[in-house]
Amino acid sequence: MTTKNQEENQAGITQEGRFYSAERLHAMHDMMLYIRRFEEKAGQMYGLKKIGGFCHLCNGQEAVCVGMEEASEPADYMMTSYRDHGHIIARGSDPTAIMAELLGRAGGVVGGKGGSMHMFDKEKNFAGGNGIVGEQVPIGTGFAFASKYNDDKRVSITIMGDGGVNQGAVYESFNMAALWKLPVVFVIENNQYAMGTSLSRASAETHLYKRGISFKVPGIQVDGMDVLEVERKMAEALEHARLGKGPMIVEMMTYRYRGHSMSDPATYRTRDEVDEWRSGRDPIVRLQKQMIEAGLATEADFKQKDKDIKKEVVAVAKAAEAQPEPDLSALWDDIITDEIPNAYPYPRQVG
Amino acid sequence: MAKITYREALNQAMCQEMERDERVFLMGEEVAEYNGAYKVSQGMLDKFGPRRVIDTPITELGFAGLGVGAAMAGLRPVIEFMTWNFAILAADQIVNAAAKMKYMTGGQYDCPMVFRGAGGAAARVSSQHSQAFENWYANIPGLKVVMPSNPADAKGLLAASIRDNDTVIFIENEMNYGDIGEVPEGDYIIPLGKADIKRVGKDITLIAHSRMTGYALLAADELAKQGIDAEVIDPRTIRPLDEATILTSVAKTNRAVVIEEGWRFAGIGAEISARIMEKGFDDLDAPVARVTGKDVPMPYAANLENYALPSVAEIVEAARVVCNRA
Repeated sequence: MTTKNQEENQAGITQEGRFYSAERLHAMHDMMLYIRRFEEKAGQMYGLKKIGGFCHLCNGQEAVCVGMEEASEPADYMMTSYRDHGHIIARGSDPTAIMAELLGRAGGVVGGKGGSMHMFDKEKNFAGGNGIVGEQVPIGTGFAFASKYNDDKRVSITIMGDGGVNQGAVYESFNMAALWKLPVVFVIENNQYAMGTSLSRASAETHLYKRGISFKVPGIQVDGMDVLEVERKMAEALEHARLGKGPMIVEMMTYRYRGHSMSDPATYRTRDEVDEWRSGRDPIVRLQKQMIEAGLATEADFKQKDKDIKKEVVAVAKAAEAQPEPDLSALWDDIITDEIPNAYPYPRQVG
Repeated sequence: MAKITYREALNQAMCQEMERDERVFLMGEEVAEYNGAYKVSQGMLDKFGPRRVIDTPITELGFAGLGVGAAMAGLRPVIEFMTWNFAILAADQIVNAAAKMKYMTGGQYDCPMVFRGAGGAAARVSSQHSQAFENWYANIPGLKVVMPSNPADAKGLLAASIRDNDTVIFIENEMNYGDIGEVPEGDYIIPLGKADIKRVGKDITLIAHSRMTGYALLAADELAKQGIDAEVIDPRTIRPLDEATILTSVAKTNRAVVIEEGWRFAGIGAEISARIMEKGFDDLDAPVARVTGKDVPMPYAANLENYALPSVAEIVEAARVVCNRA
């Protein structure tokens, strides 16, 4: 139910009893749109061979990125797989540094050491950016362990995809998290395809929110194309974890418009299917409609906003590209903290 | 100095560091209520409570990864593998996460933690429980690999490993747990990356780590009876390696044998002998010899197991060949 909020006498939208101010809605919209345009720019830069290696875009999944971030505290930890651009942008990291990372520049978020798959920002409590499918799930559980150990009420938002959820490490983590009541929310971004393998070809139980039943981890399914539902359900899950009730699984039903990576043949799904999600369920268009209906914006406002964001992204790409590549000496940086100068392999030396 | 066992020395190091630093915790299978599969953590649950001494399910990949996350979040985990054979299940977290987290994050996140447990062959436990994997981990930038051969080293090196700000692979040896030796009381630290000359000699250098150090010392006694004065060097830290101590010794003795329990191909002995060739070639009067585990999975039958492992006799024989006395 979307209605203009009258009780609070403040412009906004109330959905399922939760009020979102106009200002907040605009911020959520703008962030989703920013991620969309950023990813398009990244795709373009990849086509121009300015970005190398693997590059996984999240077009279509923006509501998950933004809704989760909206629901979380800045001190909460967040980590995900290699489809990480949208999440780190939503966390508030510097887009120029993110683009610079994609371009392998010195000013990248990790100094050009990681690229698309390994975005990290410790200041924002964003712990990757992990390239091995499912690897971040025990790690996220470890962050939650530290929260409980320190009793600091921080929740670990540990994100995986519908592909990652079939890794054994995930179940080892569910078990430990439930056994020790760790403050972790396991988010499954179900975009229906693990690379080119559809969910039904890879999973005997396709209702992924039920995957915690054997471990007594409660699960909920969320419309991941609705940023307000994502925010609301995520807030519930975070509260559950923060109150010491243990882990929770949140399955976000979403869809990626682009291929798995930039070299995707896209033979595993029909164009009609992609179009159906794109035109019928797009999270940005959806929020725009809600905001227009509620009288919070006009189509012209959004058109202007889109123009502004596209300009911003172009400027970001330009600034990132202008940065130098890392100095060659950076090759040897950040391998060991306590270097032992007189032992082999010697720090910063060949042979 | 008190005489205690190797396992008690390890226990002292962990207790010492947990008393010193509230962020240090011990986690692994049977470490708490059972007091450790090999009793290394005897009494630690009583001393520190279940918050800091934590029994896990049998879930090596899971708790290794949990340790990585906890380290990234600022704790100092000591993760015990009942044996390093089972740690293969956790190799992704050790190699793909812990070892390269600092690098991959441009220096933002550290993984200051210790993975420890029993390595090498035990007794009569066949192929899957008798393996030396130090060469696997020693190959990886971002890791340190430490292997004590006696109780005093066990204490000093484990304490140093827990204090170290990098990921340390700490490989104990099940056959050494009951060994007794003099161990300094109180705070005791042996810096990482320092080899130890366990026996001074002038005719040949025997380089051996972990359980093989004891074998090398027995071989040196036998060689002494035959008029060969062997120097025995225990690297103690495998990576990074204190090769200067080895090269200085070889410059004096002009001969070397490298001994390891693990397999020969791409083993620790291969690396050490390559370094002696690269850096000490002109000092050598004979090719470096290697005594290693036989290139077979470990069998169960007692005679076959004995045959598969390096023996004191094989070390003596190799040393005699290198000294032109065979």
